[in-house]
Amino acid sequence: MEKMKVTLLSGRTINQGTGKEHGKTSKEYYESVAICEIDPDDLKVLGIKEGANVKISTKFGSVVVKTIESMRAPHPKIVYMPYGPWVNVIVNPKTHGTGMPSFKGIPAEIEASSPSDCVLNLQELLKQTFRKT
Amino acid sequence: MPVIKNVTCPICGTFCDDIELTVKKNVVVDVKNACAMGEAKFLNYCNKHHRNLKPLIRKNGELVETSMSEAMKKSAQILTEASYPLLYGWSSTNCEAISVGLELAEEVGGIMDNTSSVCHGPSILSIQDLGISTCTLGQIRHRADLIVYWGSDPYSAHPRHLERYTAFTDGRFQPSEWKRYVSRLRGVTGKKKLERASELVLMEEVSVPPITGQIPPTLEMEKERKLIVIDVRKTRSAEFADYFVQVEPNKDYELLQAMRMLVKNEELEVDEVAGVPVDVLEKVVDVMIGCKFGILFFGVGLTMSTGKHRNIDAALALTRDLNYRTKFVIMPMRGHFNVTGANIVSTWQTGYPFSVDFSQGFPVYNPGETSAVDVLSRDETDAALVIASDPVANFPRIAAENLVKNPLIVIDPEKSATALMADIVLPSTFVGIETEGTAYRMDSVPLPLKKVVKPPKNCLPDEKILQRILREVRKLKKKARKT
Repeated sequence: MEKMKVTLLSGRTINQGTGKEHGKTSKEYYESVAICEIDPDDLKVLGIKEGANVKISTKFGSVVVKTIESMRAPHPKIVYMPYGPWVNVIVNPKTHGTGMPSFKGIPAEIEASSPSDCVLNLQELLKQTFRKT
Repeated sequence: MPVIKNVTCPICGTFCDDIELTVKKNVVVDVKNACAMGEAKFLNYCNKHHRNLKPLIRKNGELVETSMSEAMKKSAQILTEASYPLLYGWSSTNCEAISVGLELAEEVGGIMDNTSSVCHGPSILSIQDLGISTCTLGQIRHRADLIVYWGSDPYSAHPRHLERYTAFTDGRFQPSEWKRYVSRLRGVTGKKKLERASELVLMEEVSVPPITGQIPPTLEMEKERKLIVIDVRKTRSAEFADYFVQVEPNKDYELLQAMRMLVKNEELEVDEVAGVPVDVLEKVVDVMIGCKFGILFFGVGLTMSTGKHRNIDAALALTRDLNYRTKFVIMPMRGHFNVTGANIVSTWQTGYPFSVDFSQGFPVYNPGETSAVDVLSRDETDAALVIASDPVANFPRIAAENLVKNPLIVIDPEKSATALMADIVLPSTFVGIETEGTAYRMDSVPLPLKKVVKPPKNCLPDEKILQRILREVRKLKKKARKT
């Protein structure tokens, strides 16, 4: 399967902002946060269609999320994920002596996920990550 | 139905104070003037599926109901027995609760950290080094003729910032071409509709006068307020900008220093800096030097990427340099509605704005060592109290793992990811909806939070919960001294 080296950014989106106000366990939050925005040209290179699942890996872990064709293109090789538990599984925890982890500009690799990988909901993700329910 | 006016919005740092709420049978049924996030909060806060309504305690791996007094006693016991507890959150509650929290942190010898350590903490470090020339948002609204957003997308994170204080608002001394353009467009559309209606009624053709004001402001704006957006991708806010500068990720520091050189009339001996052609950069710097009163709003795009507080050093220095040529100020785009208040209250009581460590009996401040993510990543804490925040969702994996493996007390109105992982959950009220208080806007202006509805039966205000835990902690310590 085709893999692509990208830069991962995390940040706010208006849908993430409204989703969190509906509740962290709500469908609105899940649909607005367990996603990644990818440049349409990169999607073509990867052979992935919008809405398909994609696996994003960094040195710190990997996560499966749904792809969204970015409306903010062109930003080749830059992948954007809204703040939330899905992206934070894979961000760089190093604070470089400032207290602030690196939530933006993380080197990452992206590939189409295998058919058995699905996007976990919040409870499933927490259970898998922290082995606590 | 009673309409409550001038309600402050407990969401983002813009802290709008013109919200109108219609309340029916103790429930908010209509919201006026709020952004999408504000409306979502006011209309959904009482959804019982996502709300903590009863105190919970973890028994045999499962969260089960308990009484409020039992949950508080157990919380006090955890905090008293811990040798290095973390008290984290604070940015989405009122100043009164933060003040009690600081007392509690001192009493239990823990670390008091607020969410600014993973937001604008690096900005504070830099401001402490270099100082800041800033002002209030009212000054910007009425006087600024140049607005710069760097690493910030107000459309997504502070939706009414543009409309209330910057590009889309008419100030007393500074008109906004955008505002006039939108009004003109509305007028013309209305006129066209009327003409179409009269055509249909009179069955004869009516001549449409020429439409004025259809040139987008970006083309005709000469004397009016200008908007520059600098970001790693073309954000929604960038679509409204007169100049959009797309910088490569992690290269903001280079771009800021290059701009400083141009402000000082030095020449750049390269074709592009951080992916931005030098001629574009020269144009942007010319606009910055040419303004009468400019403001640089910077977001976490600068604090979270490579360089962190050094990026802010460069941004503050750029503002200082610009002040040799014109008048320029700078302001961080604070995230939560009371994160500024958390810094201010903490500074009053301890001398330091965040990451304050009381373990030695006196306040110690050293972000990088005493900050939440660092102490958790090094697995140094042995218990935690989280209030009005969701670190399990917002911290990197290793920090969150170490947070949930030790006893975890959560005070939150919502079923957040942290509340789902907690050992004790204390249901609190929504500050700014069910509890009043004080909060500080991003420009450090204090505003009152209103109580518009009565809280559910078992939910207590954060301040009351903390006071009772503090009382229990003192009782336990007194008992321990006697024995």
